[in-house]
Amino acid sequence: MELLSPAGNLTALRAAVDNGADTVYIGFRDATNARHFPGLNFTPQQAAKGVEYAHARGARVAVAINSYVQAGGWAQWREAVDGAARIGADAVILADLGLLDYAAQHHPELARHLSVQASATTPEALNFYQRRYGVTRAVLPRVLSIQQVAALAEETDVELEVFGFGSLCVMAEGRCLLSSYATGESPNTVGACSPAWAVQWQETERGREVHLGGILIDRFAPEEPAGYPTICKGRYEVEGRIEHAFESPTSLETAELLPQLQRAGVQAIKIEGRQRSPAYVGTVTRIWRQLLDDLTAAGDEAGAHRPDPARIAELREFCEGSTTTLGPYERKWQ
Amino acid sequence: MKISIGPIQYYWSKTQVEQFYVSLRNQVDTFYLGETVCGRRREMTASDWIGLGKELAAEGHEVVLSTLCLVEARSEAAQVRRLCENGELRVEANDFTAISFLEAADLPFVAGPTLNVYSGSTLRTLQGLGAVRWVPPVELPGRALAELLGEYAELGDAPAIETEVFAYGRLPLAFSARCFTARHYQRPKDDCEFVCRHHPEGLEVTTRAGQHFLTINGIQAQSFGCVNLLSALPEMQQMGVGRVRLSPRPEGMSEVVAAFRAAIRGEPSVALTEPAPERQCDGYWWGGAGCAHYAKTPAAPLAALQGEEDALRPIVHEE
Repeated sequence: MELLSPAGNLTALRAAVDNGADTVYIGFRDATNARHFPGLNFTPQQAAKGVEYAHARGARVAVAINSYVQAGGWAQWREAVDGAARIGADAVILADLGLLDYAAQHHPELARHLSVQASATTPEALNFYQRRYGVTRAVLPRVLSIQQVAALAEETDVELEVFGFGSLCVMAEGRCLLSSYATGESPNTVGACSPAWAVQWQETERGREVHLGGILIDRFAPEEPAGYPTICKGRYEVEGRIEHAFESPTSLETAELLPQLQRAGVQAIKIEGRQRSPAYVGTVTRIWRQLLDDLTAAGDEAGAHRPDPARIAELREFCEGSTTTLGPYERKWQ
Repeated sequence: MKISIGPIQYYWSKTQVEQFYVSLRNQVDTFYLGETVCGRRREMTASDWIGLGKELAAEGHEVVLSTLCLVEARSEAAQVRRLCENGELRVEANDFTAISFLEAADLPFVAGPTLNVYSGSTLRTLQGLGAVRWVPPVELPGRALAELLGEYAELGDAPAIETEVFAYGRLPLAFSARCFTARHYQRPKDDCEFVCRHHPEGLEVTTRAGQHFLTINGIQAQSFGCVNLLSALPEMQQMGVGRVRLSPRPEGMSEVVAAFRAAIRGEPSVALTEPAPERQCDGYWWGGAGCAHYAKTPAAPLAALQGEEDALRPIVHEE
C-alpha cells in the first residue's frame, strides 16, 4: 500500500519525504484547496521546489485543488490545475465537476484523483468519474464501513485511497455546510471549516466558552481539554440533555485495521493534517512507514497480521483529544 | 415563476405522506417525491413513490422522483436505480450514483442541491450530462447565483437550463454515516427502531446558552431556522430563476404555498408567520451566515444585494 503524507509547507514536505512517504499531498496558497488557512500552503515556486525535492528522492507529489470553483473564480481554479501540470506534479486531486472536465481535456497526461470532497461512495459513481473524466483513483469519504470498502473495491477498477489517521470528519466531506450556517464560510466556498476569524474564546463564571460566529459551540470546565472548535464536535442540549450531539472530540486511528484494509483492496493510506507542524508530519509518517513495512514483511495474505502494539502506542501520542476511534470503518460507530 | 414542493425530508407514516399530498393537490406546479435522507426508511418503497407519482402526474402535476443524497449500501444503490429506470417520470439526482444511471441511459434530469455547483462553467458541464433544471447549493448567496447565471449565459453554446431555488423550509446542511437520532436514543444504527418516526420535524439542537441552532433528522443535520425567501422573490425573478422550492413541514404548508403564490403575483406586503418570524432565517441568500435573519423589512434585503452590507445586521435570536 502507498503512504500519503500531508504537507502545509516545504519543511513539512521534506520531513514527509525523509521519513518515508511515497507521496506528499499539498495545496496552493489560495481558496482552491480545502485547507485554506492563513500562513499555510505553497506558492507556485515553493511547490516547484517541493516537487524537485520529492522526485530527487523517488517520492511523488499530488496537488489538492479540491474546493469548488466559485462564481467568478474559473480563471483562478483553472490556473491552479495548469500550475500543477507546469511544476510536474504527479497528480491533481479534484472535486469540482467542471474542473475535472477541464483537467481531462487540457491535461490528459496529468493523473486525476477524485477528492474526498466529491463524496463518491458507490462503484456506480466511481466508474462514472472514470468513464467520463479518466479518474484513476478516488479518496473515499469517511462514511463507509470496512465491509463496504471491500465490496466497493470488487466492483471498480478505480484505485481506492482511504484516510487512516488524523482528524475525523463526522459528516460526508463536501456535503457539510455547518460551518457556513454559523459563519457564512464553508469548505465548499472558501476552503475552510470553522474559519479562525469566527472563533472566539471567553473565560466566564460558567467555564471557558468557545463561540463560532457568535454561537456557543461548547463550554469547558477548568482543566478540561479543549480542541479547535468545529460545530460537529460541540456540546448542545437535545431534549433537555447536554451531549455531543454529533461526535465527541476524537481522532481517527486505524493502524490495527491495516491488514484488513489491504485485504479489502485499498491501494493507498492517507494521513490527514496539512495544517500540522513539520515535526508532527515527520514522526507520524515514520511510524506509518514502519507499520506498512511490517505488513509487507509479514507477507500477510489472510489479513491475520497484528501491527506492533508499541508502534500503535507511539502513534496515539499524536492524536488530538484523549480518545481515538476506528470511525465509520467499524459499523458500530455509525 | 412556478412553485415546487421539495421531497419530504422526515420519516412520516405512509398515511401522513398520502394525506400531505392530498392536502396540496392542484395548489402547486411540481411535486418532488422520494426518500432523500435515509435508505433504511421503507414506509414508502420505491414502487410506492412511483405509484403515487403516476397518480399525481395523471392529475396534471409535474412529478419528479428524488433520489438519496448519500448512497452507501448496495441495496440503496438499487433503490436509486429503480427510481432512475422508472421509465416515465423525471428524476432529481442528488448524488453521482443517480447521475451515472441517468447519463448512461441518456435521460434528462434535475440536478439536486447537494451536487455542489458553484460556478457557471461547472453548471455547463452538468448540463452536458443531461441536467435540464438545477437547484443551487442552499448556501449560495443570491449575488453569487446572479453572477453564476451570468457566467453560464456568456458561455456561447450553453442551452437554457432552469433554476429552482430552495426558498422555504429547514435547510439540509450535512449528511453522515452516523444516525444522530439513533445515537441520541443510544441505539445502534442497524437496530434504530426507526426512532426518527417520532420526530416529524426532527429533533431540536439548542446551544448551552439556550439559542436555537440545528435540527437532527436521522443521518442529516438541518438548520433550526426555517428559511423564508419571500422577500427575495423580486431579485430571483430579475435574475431569471424559474421556480421556488418549498420544503415540506408537517403543518401549514397550504398557507405557505398561498403566501408564495400571492408574492409571485406581485401582491404587496405578503407576510409569512408560519413558523413565527423568530424561527425563520435567510442569511445565506443575503451573503451572511446561514442562520441569520435579515429580511425584517422589504427594503433592507435589496440593499444587501447591492452590496451595502453595512445597512444590515443579522438578527440572532436568543431565548
